Amino acid sequence: MFAIVREPIEPRRLEEAIRAGDGGAVTFLGIVRGRAEDGRAVSGLSYEAFEPLATSEFAKIADEARERFGDVALTIVHRIGELGTGEISVAVVASAARRVAAFDACRYAIDELKRRAPIWKKERYADGSARWRENRENLL
Amino acid sequence: MRAGAVPVHGTHPIVIRVLAFGRLRELLNAGETALDIRAGSRVGDAWSALADRCPALDEHRSSTRIACNGRIVALDHVLRDGDEVALLPPVGGG
Repeated sequence: MFAIVREPIEPRRLEEAIRAGDGGAVTFLGIVRGRAEDGRAVSGLSYEAFEPLATSEFAKIADEARERFGDVALTIVHRIGELGTGEISVAVVASAARRVAAFDACRYAIDELKRRAPIWKKERYADGSARWRENRENLL
Repeated sequence: MRAGAVPVHGTHPIVIRVLAFGRLRELLNAGETALDIRAGSRVGDAWSALADRCPALDEHRSSTRIACNGRIVALDHVLRDGDEVALLPPVGGG
């Protein structure tokens, strides 16, 4: 499943889709941190996405993971809207016959998502200020 | 002309739909806007028209990717009536 959602992400529900017969599954959860890189207290994040392009990019990333690591099943879900610290912003579940492929595919999927999925976030600080934050690994 | 559309030089305009995200959405003060441009215009012409309206846009030109109908395109991509052009600043997902 590849999706942009507005409601809280429930990892256990995503893990229910792990394929019967697979021998290993890896779940990555991205969580809103309480501190910015410069140490400022974060009150929350606002995410937005270009939804059709984001979900098609997730599917493309999963295709690439299968080319690289073999028969891997991937679920990629990103939440948008207002998120508080401690909430899950993104979940990647990878499953495969063996653990190495599951680990590799999970890592590949989150790294590529951060690099190129059309999703944006604004960091909101405890002092009331806010700013748009770009990923270091940005494609550009 | 449609309400809210901005005319650009030429007598036979086409209308494109412009979507803007993140800081570009804030700069343009709109997530979506209609833009009248001359038939045969390219993506770069649409950018210039938007930058005329919002000069602060121009400093973001080199960091912005542009998608036309869901596909990343270059500035010389020729636009057609009804195209959806999305302005994508550097991403921050995850």
